[in-house]
Amino acid sequence: MAHHESTYVPKSATAKWWDERLPIMRLMHDSFVDYPTPRNLNYLWTFGGILTFCLVAQIVTGVVLAMHYQPSAEEAFNSVEQIRRDVNFGWMIRNFHAVGASMFFIAVYIHIFRGLYYGSYKAPREILWILGVLIFLVMMATAFMGYALPWGQMSFWGVTVITNLFSSIDDIIPGLGTAIVQWLWGGYAVTGTTLNRFFSLHYLLPFVLAGLVILHVWALHVAGQNNPTGLDIKTKADSVPMHPYATAKDILWLFIFLIMFAWFVFFLPDYLGHADNYVEANPLVTPPHIVPEWYFLPFYAILRAIPDKLGGVIAMFAAILVLVFIPWLDTSRVRSTKYRPIYKWFFWLFAFSCLALGYLGSKPAEGVYVFWARIFTFYYFAHFLIVMPIVGILETPKKLPRSISEAVLGDKHNGSGGPAKPTGATAAPESR
Amino acid sequence: MATDVEDPQRRDFLIIAGNAFAAVGAASLIWPFVQQMNPDAGAKALASIEVDLSPVGVGQAITVMWRGKPVFIRNRTPEEIEAARSVPLSELPDESARNDNLPADAPATDENRTTKGHENWLVMVGICTHLGCIPKGQSLSDTKGDYGGWFCPCHGSHYDTSGRIRKGPAPRNLDVPDYTFISDTKIKIG
Repeated sequence: MAHHESTYVPKSATAKWWDERLPIMRLMHDSFVDYPTPRNLNYLWTFGGILTFCLVAQIVTGVVLAMHYQPSAEEAFNSVEQIRRDVNFGWMIRNFHAVGASMFFIAVYIHIFRGLYYGSYKAPREILWILGVLIFLVMMATAFMGYALPWGQMSFWGVTVITNLFSSIDDIIPGLGTAIVQWLWGGYAVTGTTLNRFFSLHYLLPFVLAGLVILHVWALHVAGQNNPTGLDIKTKADSVPMHPYATAKDILWLFIFLIMFAWFVFFLPDYLGHADNYVEANPLVTPPHIVPEWYFLPFYAILRAIPDKLGGVIAMFAAILVLVFIPWLDTSRVRSTKYRPIYKWFFWLFAFSCLALGYLGSKPAEGVYVFWARIFTFYYFAHFLIVMPIVGILETPKKLPRSISEAVLGDKHNGSGGPAKPTGATAAPESR
Repeated sequence: MATDVEDPQRRDFLIIAGNAFAAVGAASLIWPFVQQMNPDAGAKALASIEVDLSPVGVGQAITVMWRGKPVFIRNRTPEEIEAARSVPLSELPDESARNDNLPADAPATDENRTTKGHENWLVMVGICTHLGCIPKGQSLSDTKGDYGGWFCPCHGSHYDTSGRIRKGPAPRNLDVPDYTFISDTKIKIG
């Protein structure tokens, strides 16, 4: 599908001149205007565009905030307060950035679960999926370092706890873990030195993300988009050009998403944060209850569910790394869970487990909370390592439609009784 | 007359040697860029501090800063000492004393956690050995955990009155730093 012939026609002499020297307009036209998309994409497919918006918004607001922020232990906390109180529109731009991080994660989790439900990780989209896992990892690292910058109590103790995870390597090679932690800190404790390097990396990583996103979109355009049926585009009738059909849906949901975004920015800017982060960092007092930002809670619950330091750290990282292998762990012949009557139940059990782990991660690590965190951690891994391979083999999928257009229009879509056939839609790109 | 034929062996050698030099040169440049992140000499300089213990009454505790870390000093009551001594070593998750003043293989008896002749004083780095939080238990109103010593609120590690891990995810006893009594009421840490 990526190999459909270019339909770009330069509209002016200047455009023609450019096209012969640097065909960038042709590339954009073929990738985002005339690109054939499955005609049955639902609104869950709009989150790729929303995520692109989130990344750009975070970079723009972040660059502006860096003009006013001071990455030192003495001034960081004050400069963030100054941004909120004194800098013209600083309150709004800071809220865009802080709330924007949460919105980014809401969108990425919907995007990931969309991929899991419709089997978007299956051949030939393995590289596309693995690039997505990498993007998720880099996003988490960026968000973690960004949360350190206001230098409040949660910033400080979050950094202390997470960097100390590496000290568990001491259990394998004595001394190595401590050496790594001191290397990360640049001292014997978390200090302004640590803050300064986190600021440098927090500024760098979004651009690494942008590069990964370009590779992600490239891989997407080689394999073509998946769709709710999981079928490939077989004929011209199965697809519509990206513009205006998919872009119209993207824009609609981007605006719905932005309404929610703006609601948080203007009415609940601190709702997703933690009150303790408005107390300046104090190395002598640990807050009674350290919790990470909400988007890390499921992984935090997995960390604490394992009663061994090294084991907990391994489980937490494994929870993300296991995603890399699911294109090969899933043995099903069909992609979409829509046609998988047994797996469907396991999928929703998995989604429930993730939400439950998120809830348990916000609770103290004791008593019944630990018990349930262990149950759901077990299912988190069992879903990928046991359910995916076994159910894929045992299950008989429902009958698949013959094509995407049959799934949309039914068998008799040429008859007068069927829904009106949007002839204009299928007529657009002439040769593919 | 023989023509000058290039010796292919000689050319291969030059290419391999040239690439090898370039690779080693590039690799050796990594070191300064890694090393710049490590603690510098200023941070490493072993600052030592002297602490006056005379105002700390029996059952009280103070926290002092040493090398950017909090150090817990507790003047233990006879009951606390007795509780720490009555625990058999086999019940301890970490059987090593973790005392920088003793050999690394010293067992974690209460005597080995303190200094001879000053067994009421417990001096240790107040950083949980799990993930680096500051355990509760220094102030009188703090929760002291199931064993009457310290309790780390982050992930629920309980330390006893000798600062030894008893329950929870922490792998090691709290570290006893290098310190000496320079008089009956004064210690030097570091």
